[in-house]
Amino acid sequence: MSAAMTELWPFLVLITVGFLPNEMWRAFGLVMARGLDEKSEIVMWSRAVATATLAGVIAKLLLFSNGSLATIPLEVRLGATVIGFVAYLLVRRSVFAGVAVGEAVLLLGGYLFAR
Amino acid sequence: MSWSLTFNSPTAAFLGGIKWAWTSVFVIVMAGTYIGLGALAHDFGLSALWLTVSTLFVWAAPAQVILISGLGTGAALLELALAVSLSGIRLFPMVVSLLPLVRTRQTTLADLILPTHFTSVSMWVESHRVLPTLAAEHRLAFCNGLSVGYMGVATTFGLVGFYLAAGLPPLLAATLLFMTPLSFLISTARNARIMMDRLALVFGLALGALLTIMNVQFDLMWAGVGGGTIAYAIHRLRAAKAGAAS
Repeated sequence: MSAAMTELWPFLVLITVGFLPNEMWRAFGLVMARGLDEKSEIVMWSRAVATATLAGVIAKLLLFSNGSLATIPLEVRLGATVIGFVAYLLVRRSVFAGVAVGEAVLLLGGYLFAR
Repeated sequence: MSWSLTFNSPTAAFLGGIKWAWTSVFVIVMAGTYIGLGALAHDFGLSALWLTVSTLFVWAAPAQVILISGLGTGAALLELALAVSLSGIRLFPMVVSLLPLVRTRQTTLADLILPTHFTSVSMWVESHRVLPTLAAEHRLAFCNGLSVGYMGVATTFGLVGFYLAAGLPPLLAATLLFMTPLSFLISTARNARIMMDRLALVFGLALGALLTIMNVQFDLMWAGVGGGTIAYAIHRLRAAKAGAAS
């Protein structure tokens, strides 16, 4: 590969693998914006699939972490996630509280048990 | 409603949208999410420019997480494109329900291209909350301002995360990386409006974990289509039961 190609390659991948597959749904929505309502069955199903896909990504990131997160033991990662989630439920369903508590637990657990 | 917004010109409405974005609750979560994303991009060897371009063009944090972690771990490009596309399906119903709010008789198709591209969870939620209270002719400008405000926050904090991860000790860098799955999990649970959404979240988590452990190809696609369809089927069955009972 030439030098220019090596530099452009990540951007080419960004457009073809990231931008286009994602943007096509927005474009599709623009075309179809008439005649569908938010509670129609196909819209409900696509919302469920979108949520489950995102959940799959979350599971992968938590269980099979990469980079520096992989230095934190799995038990600490899962424990911090569960405690953070419980904090979110307890503190008036506050996303901020859940994230703050989960992060604090990870920091503490990582400090004590990091490999 | 506890606010009243009136504007003299489209420019004022646009600026009002930016201000609204910067003072909304989403800013903190978005800053956290993009700090995590920036750290992730740095960890996987992507450049700061690449990160910024991906935020402006893809403009969907879930798709960006899939893309960045996939590229970092060397996943097959076709599989990545599929996973990104599956995560983006939710944008379709959002665009469909958003555009009638910003459209007036004078609106052209070209005017709608920007709000279509800008559509994302945070902008969509706030638009549905605020736009109905505005004069119809100022909604488009307000909506664009709102989106530009959010994009500014996302690109800025993406770079903050990127450069923090570069200089931080491993434990703190790990804390930043942890921000992405944690904030996504909790804000997805927060956005779950009905039982179907919660079921889809639980099934997606379980299948995502299971299929990855089993080393199944296209694991994300199966987790999404499988988990989502099961959740939807249960939702339909419950609705049918409730319908039969009444």
